[in-house]
Amino acid sequence: MTDLQKLTIGKALNLGLRRAMEEDPTVLIMGEDVGKLGGVFRITDGLQKDFGEQRVLDTPLAESGIIGTAVGLAVRGFRPVCEIQFEGFIFPGFDQISSQLAKLHYRTQGKVKMPVVIRVPFGGGIGAVEHHSESPESLFSHIAGLKVVSISNAVDAYWGIQEAIRSDDPILFFEPKKLYHSGALKMEVDTSTAPSRVFASQVVRAGTDATVVAYGPSVKVALDAATAAEAEGKSLEVIDLRTLSPLDLGPVFESVRKTGRLIAVSEAPSESSLTSEIAARVQQECFYSLESPVLRVTGFDTPYPPAKLEEHYLPDLDRVLHAVDRSLAW
Amino acid sequence: MPSEQWTHPEPGDGPAAVAAQPSPEQVIAGLRATSEGGAELTQLLTPEGQRVPSERFDRYVEDVDDETLKNLYRDMVLVRRADREANAMQRQGQLGIWVPLLGQEAAQVGSGRALQPRDMAFPSYREHGVAYTRGVDMRELIGIFRCTDHSGWDYQAHRFHPYTIVIGNQVLNAAGYAMGQKFEGKVGDEGGEATICYFGDGATSQGDVHEGFVWAAVYDAPLVFFCQNNQWAISEPTERQSRLPLYQRARGYGFPGIRVDGNDVLACLAVTRWALDECRHGNGPVLIEAFTYRMDAHTTTDDPTRYRLSDELEEWKLKDPIERVRAFLARNGHADQAFFDSVQAEADQFAAELRDYTFNMPEPPPDRVFSQVYAEPSPVLEAQREEYLSYLDGFAAAGEH
Ligand SMILES: Cc1ncc(C[n+]2csc(CCOP(=O)(O)OP(=O)(O)O)c2C)c(N)n1
Repeated sequence: MTDLQKLTIGKALNLGLRRAMEEDPTVLIMGEDVGKLGGVFRITDGLQKDFGEQRVLDTPLAESGIIGTAVGLAVRGFRPVCEIQFEGFIFPGFDQISSQLAKLHYRTQGKVKMPVVIRVPFGGGIGAVEHHSESPESLFSHIAGLKVVSISNAVDAYWGIQEAIRSDDPILFFEPKKLYHSGALKMEVDTSTAPSRVFASQVVRAGTDATVVAYGPSVKVALDAATAAEAEGKSLEVIDLRTLSPLDLGPVFESVRKTGRLIAVSEAPSESSLTSEIAARVQQECFYSLESPVLRVTGFDTPYPPAKLEEHYLPDLDRVLHAVDRSLAW
Repeated sequence: MPSEQWTHPEPGDGPAAVAAQPSPEQVIAGLRATSEGGAELTQLLTPEGQRVPSERFDRYVEDVDDETLKNLYRDMVLVRRADREANAMQRQGQLGIWVPLLGQEAAQVGSGRALQPRDMAFPSYREHGVAYTRGVDMRELIGIFRCTDHSGWDYQAHRFHPYTIVIGNQVLNAAGYAMGQKFEGKVGDEGGEATICYFGDGATSQGDVHEGFVWAAVYDAPLVFFCQNNQWAISEPTERQSRLPLYQRARGYGFPGIRVDGNDVLACLAVTRWALDECRHGNGPVLIEAFTYRMDAHTTTDDPTRYRLSDELEEWKLKDPIERVRAFLARNGHADQAFFDSVQAEADQFAAELRDYTFNMPEPPPDRVFSQVYAEPSPVLEAQREEYLSYLDGFAAAGEH
């Protein structure tokens, strides 16, 4: 029997977390303000009330502490889901992520499993002060042993968080904070039937003239650009990466072989980033199919600017269309 | 002695006891203990505006005559008025966010006024009152919250470091700066230099803050750690960060810790002067816990009704840092209504200027995204800048913008 619910990304995450906690008593939620407040974005709203303070932990204010103790809890058999308040605050925990979380499985020849999920709201466009709008996902994609994923819609949010929690690997789960509560993005979620795999690249719009690959908040930008391009008679194929590390580029290669052109979109600075990796691998695999160089539409190689300037910094529909024109003009 | 609330649960209590809700009696007892601050609280001015003599600290405020006290009052009124104006401007959509300091005026003005111009201050992000005492124009600060800039003032001229939003980060930087003062031989006598570093009760859980304690201690850095315990770290009470009063932690690192009534401007001035004095003479560091209360939301995006009881707020209102000075001045005939009215008028003017300035602040040009990333030019970035600006020009040429 199908059970359809129309959900925002935020609500889908909340229900997905709830279901994971109901199904598995070893699942814990931990982070700053996740209890009574329900997190600063209210993603964990109501969970402490129903599951108690030992399953939804308002932790002391220390990210190294949150992640480091989650590692220990995982060794003990728990499945911790950590919330980092904003991506800019994950760095006090970077050492625990790179030295322990990502490497214990390898160091112990698989004896220690690390079923830890770290939820990270990321990306800009919310008019915030420093450290609340960044996109550091590429830094984590560079750490072997860690899985990095991102979501862009409510279906993936609901099922993706459950898939991540069930995984025995440590997962950094990037959530597009700007889209959490967007009513316009509400989506029918079938909560009765799980999709086979959430974390594989997916064609979210079919097209023939050029491929646009994106993830997280940029998927919406890419889709909007595709709609606008259609009005001008251009057909764009849009791919949501969903899994950032290890990258699933199979569908991207396939698409580029068809369209001959690729534009990679991300809010992160471009140097040494995921979009660099995509460009390198696509030219390696699809060299003879490419009609033009792989182009990238990204944040600039600057610190995230004051928010009054973020409209310039963030890839928007116009910048994507501009890149599409350049690609097609080749 | 520390009050009851600091006793540890019995070992046998187990997880069930941890998860159990406190009884109403416990809640009330906890509240009272929270708002009273315990027996070791240093106070020179009671909430009712009575001067309490202190053998240890009176000498640090001997020079504070009626005029000086009136100035401290004025400082706090101005700072509060600017804070309320900024809060209102955020509600009107003029600021992206505001971080209120309501209730923390005495802790900030008292400690800030204890500094000498040569001293250095490292703030967190709520220290608008300290900024004011360092001569930072509120207008230089408001851009951060209007999101036109990350830091608007000349930190060297004011000896007031840029704000830090990442919790606890600045504490190690302050320790390093203070180590520098020591290495340069700037400590030792009355004319010595010192550094002060501000952070919250929540921040004391961060590794950086612990490391800051260790560094400052082993290098004898002239550093005053000024923790404003405003009872909450967003929704988490201090008990979520510590099992003992925060000032007592200093002992474990080998330097003195002291708890001062953070709503008492005179006590904050005296205790900070004492602590800075220790540092100047090469006896630092010192930890000060200013016991105070955040009388507004954590920021304008927060909703305190979800986690805090209104009784608590009501109780703290009775300890208002400004009202007690006013009561003292009025009761002892040091100030009349005309004085209070004139300060209020000045504060209104101060706020109006801030408002005007904010409303008319120019938007930063797109070029600003690329400026000052590196001290030396980067060809890659220069190319990005040029490409983006010519892209923008394309719109202008097409008449689209
Ligand atoms: C490293 C880090 N983690 C999380 C946050 C988000 N955050 C901002 S303020 C705050 C609470 C801080 O409480 P406290 O240190 O007591 O200072 P207060 O704001 O109460 O003055 C949190 C969790 C942050 N800014 N930095």
